[in-house]
This record gives sequence, structure tokens and C-alpha cells, in this order.
Amino acid sequence: MTTKPIDIQSLRGQLRLRLLGLYNQAHAGHIGCSLSCIDLMIATLILRKRPQDTFLLSKGHAAAALYACLNYLGDISDDELATYYKNGTTLPAHPAPNQHKGIPFATGSLGHGLPIGVGIAHAGKLLGDDSRVYVLMSDGETNEGTTWEAAHFALQHKLDNLAVLIDKNGLQGFGRTADVFGDTADVRIWETMGFETIEVDGHDVEAVLAGLDNFQASGTGKPKLVIAHTVKGKGVSYMENRLEWHYLPMTPAQYEQACADVSALFPVSLPA
Amino acid sequence: MRKEFAAAIERIAQEDDKIVFITGDLGYNALESVVDVLGPRFINAGVAEQNMVGVAAGMAYRGYKVFCYSIAPFAVYRCLEQFRNDVCLHKMPVFLVGNGGGYGYGIMGSTHHAIEDLACLSSLQNVNTYIPAFADEVSPMLDQIVAEARPAYLRLGAGGKTPDDAERIGTFKHIVHSHDSIGTVVALGPVAGHVLTALQDELLTGQFDVYTATNLPLDVPNELAHRWAGKPLLVVEEHVSIGGLAQQLSVQLLTKGAVPSHFTSLSAQGYPNGLYGDQQYHQQLSGLDPANIAHHLSSLLIAG
Repeated sequence: MTTKPIDIQSLRGQLRLRLLGLYNQAHAGHIGCSLSCIDLMIATLILRKRPQDTFLLSKGHAAAALYACLNYLGDISDDELATYYKNGTTLPAHPAPNQHKGIPFATGSLGHGLPIGVGIAHAGKLLGDDSRVYVLMSDGETNEGTTWEAAHFALQHKLDNLAVLIDKNGLQGFGRTADVFGDTADVRIWETMGFETIEVDGHDVEAVLAGLDNFQASGTGKPKLVIAHTVKGKGVSYMENRLEWHYLPMTPAQYEQACADVSALFPVSLPA
Repeated sequence: MRKEFAAAIERIAQEDDKIVFITGDLGYNALESVVDVLGPRFINAGVAEQNMVGVAAGMAYRGYKVFCYSIAPFAVYRCLEQFRNDVCLHKMPVFLVGNGGGYGYGIMGSTHHAIEDLACLSSLQNVNTYIPAFADEVSPMLDQIVAEARPAYLRLGAGGKTPDDAERIGTFKHIVHSHDSIGTVVALGPVAGHVLTALQDELLTGQFDVYTATNLPLDVPNELAHRWAGKPLLVVEEHVSIGGLAQQLSVQLLTKGAVPSHFTSLSAQGYPNGLYGDQQYHQQLSGLDPANIAHHLSSLLIAG
């Protein structure tokens, strides 16, 4: 958690430009996935995570957003960030193991983050500390059976120190989530199971923060779930809600357009 | 070995408050006292092995040393990716324990057998597998697993007592010493007991040195490799030969230029006739029974 005074709107633009720059220099895909969840990372990883807490990016394909946030926090240097996607980097397309303190586990194969997060949360209970765990998943990822194994474990062990955030942009690998597997990120399923839930606009950082803070005050003994309604490619006009931006790299002209869109939407106040 | 295993876990957990034991809903008539001793550090994670291993990785991240227990195939195959990604890549102190390695669950059928488990696990990064041949090896192996605090797999079966004067060399144990031996037998796991039975044949007694391989991947000291060179070598394992002891050992020996005069592998053959029975039935079908082992040793006697 940063203690710097934050202009959230400016930060949303600044980190978007940062990750667009990374994708541009790497000529890499997964841009839409990072733009979908970067605001959730600002809320959790940057604005709420304390030193004793853990943040897990279970949807590891949004690694560039994670790297941009960790760079902002000072956990990844500018020099290291410049190696993104290059031979010899510690920052490949999906987070690698044992390289950066801010990346406790390698992710990229979906369905791993929640069981791990549940284990960390359970350890926190056993140790009797006040640590919290944030797990950021994609909605398509909730197709994975481990989601439901871990969810039931969290309920059974009353892990109210666990907050699961689902980046619900409605698109997965090869179609709309509703068409592929049904809506496995339907809030009613999680609520019926026993999670304490909220639904928010996943791009409204203040709303996400308010939801998280409300959770912390509630003391229900229930694990928490944030269904964050998001837009894949949020902030770049031609990427928004388009499946192909799960995969495509940008052309130089598209990069220019993307930066212009972001700059118009989120006025960035550059550091003096 | 379950009795020895449970007793050792209780002892170790009493000495170390960072030990956690997770079961995938198994342990009836074996782990009841472990439940009592460990209290909240004993977790029944339900019939959800993938989550069990992910949870174990998370707990290990917070400083715990975590055992994950199930029937061998369930502990290995179902959650292989969790063990690879969440545990081994991060060198976490998470220890899989598979009960009934090989054909140990016999008439329970092929779903309950683990004859490829060591090939799967010993091919991963940063992991050590432990294969006791004798029940009294379980407790010291558990001490070693906890002391090493790195990813591990313990393959339990049903074994007797280690022969007197057994001597440890690398990842092997020299269990039968023969002066002027004409050849060597290396066995993996409790099937080593069948080798000892075979050697009771008076024509074979005193003719062979016998070793057990206690861990995969192997550590074959040069001195041992060259001790075996130029003589017949018989490998016996209740595991498929691909990725198992026979294959790993042959690569190591050839790499060291220590070539046996004859190399024979007796290994699990799967289900060659599509029929099922108890552990002895499957061992016999694979030629892992004492009579067939004796037959091969007799052949080597002639060859040697």
C-alpha cells in the first residue's frame, strides 16, 4: 500500500500508458486483459494491500498490468521493467517464480491462484495474525474446477481474511462467457454458497475501495467476493469489449491511437 | 508402512509446530491419532486434491511444512500441475505422501494403482522422491524430508524390516553383501523383499550383491557405478521401466562409462491381459514375483 497522495484518475491513465508502452515495445498480446483489471489492481495492490497482506494475480496473462503496478510501488525497477518480454528477463508474459517479492507465485495456468490464496489465508488464521489475501481472477477462469474446491474450503474454514475479485468482462478465450460455459461468475452462485458479496463497476476505483473497506468492517466470518463488472480493453476505444484484444499486438498507428485515447480519458499529471 | 508413518508424523509434529498435515479425505483406521495430536494443524481438505496441493503451497508460503496425503494415484496424477507449478517451481516445503505405490491397492483396480508415479514426479524440477523398501525406513525418511524442507514425495507400500548391516551409498542401500558376487540386483521399494526371497534358493545364495534405490532422481556415486560395471545387473521395480529406476539407472551408468555385462529390467507391465487381481497377481503378471526373479538370476548366473 502506498502512502503517497494519489490522484486516482491520473494514476489510472499513467499506469495504462505504462503498460501500453510495455506491450508496444514487446509487440505482445493480452493488452485487453490488462486494461480490464488494472483499476482493480490500483484499488487492491496499490491502495489497500499492507505489508502483511498478499496479492495474487491468478489471471497471470495480465502480467504487464502487474509489472506496471509493482514498478509504480518501487518493487520492480525501471531497468528491470525495460527487460519485459526480452530474452534473459525476469518479467516474461506470465509471472515467473522466485524472482520478485511482489510476485509470490508464478501464475499463468488458470485456476491456481485461488487455492494458493486460500492456503495463505488459512495459514494467517492458524498463525493468528491480521493478514489479508487478495486474489484477482478472471471470469473465464471460474470455469476451472479448482475455483469451487477452493471456494468450499474457504467457506468451511471461515476465511473472512480472503477477498476474491473477479474481473468480469464477459469475454474468455474463444467466446463470450455466457455462451461458452454459462456464467460461472454469477454473483448469485457465490452468495448462495455463503460468500459475502458485492457487485461494483470494476473501473470505479473508489467504489471498489468502499466495497473492500465495508468488507473489513463487517466481521461476518465469511470469505469475501467482489464481482467487478469491467470492460476488456477499457480506455482504448477500438479495443473495448473486443475478443481479439486478448491476443493481438498493436501496430505503431494503433499504439499512437491507444495512447491518445487514454490521455483524453484520464488526464495524466506527470511528476514534476 | 501406514502404522510407522502415522507414528512418525505424530512424533515430528510434536517436535515442530510448523508441521501441517492435509488429507484428501483418507486415513480411516490409520490417522485417527494423528488428528488428535495435530489438532488444528490436521486438515481434511475433502475430495479435492488439486485444491489440497494449492492450499499446501499457500500455507508453505507462510512458513508451514505441509504434508498432503492420499492414495498414491490421487496424490500424484490429479494434482500434478499444482505440484509442478505451485510447489516445485517455488521450492516449497510441501510433501506428497502416496499410500499404496505400485499395485498396492490390488483388487481395487487400475484407478487405484500408481505404476507411473515416480516417472511423473522425478522428472519435475526441485523434487526428491522417497521410496522405502522396508517399514523401518519410513521414520528416518520423514526426518530427512522435513529437514530438507523442499518438495518431496513419499511412496508408501507394505514392507518388512531392513536386513542387518545395510549400508547407505548415494541414493542406494547395500542390503545384501556377497564376497565374489557374480552380479548385482538393484530393487526399488518393497518388491526388494521378493528379491531376498528369490535369493534363498541355495544355488543363488551368496552369488549376488543386492541394493535398493531409496530415492529418484538417482545419485550414483562413481565408485558404485564402477563396482557394478562388467557384471550382470538386474533391476527390479514395481513401476514402469520408462522414467523409472531401470531407465534412470541405465542413463547414469552409460554416462559414467560403467557398463554392466548384461542389463535386465523387470518392471510393471500395466494390465497385459486386461484382467485384475490382488497385488501378488499383478506382480506375477509383470514377472516381479520371487520365482521369476529367481529364474532371471539363474540365467545371469549362467551368463556371468
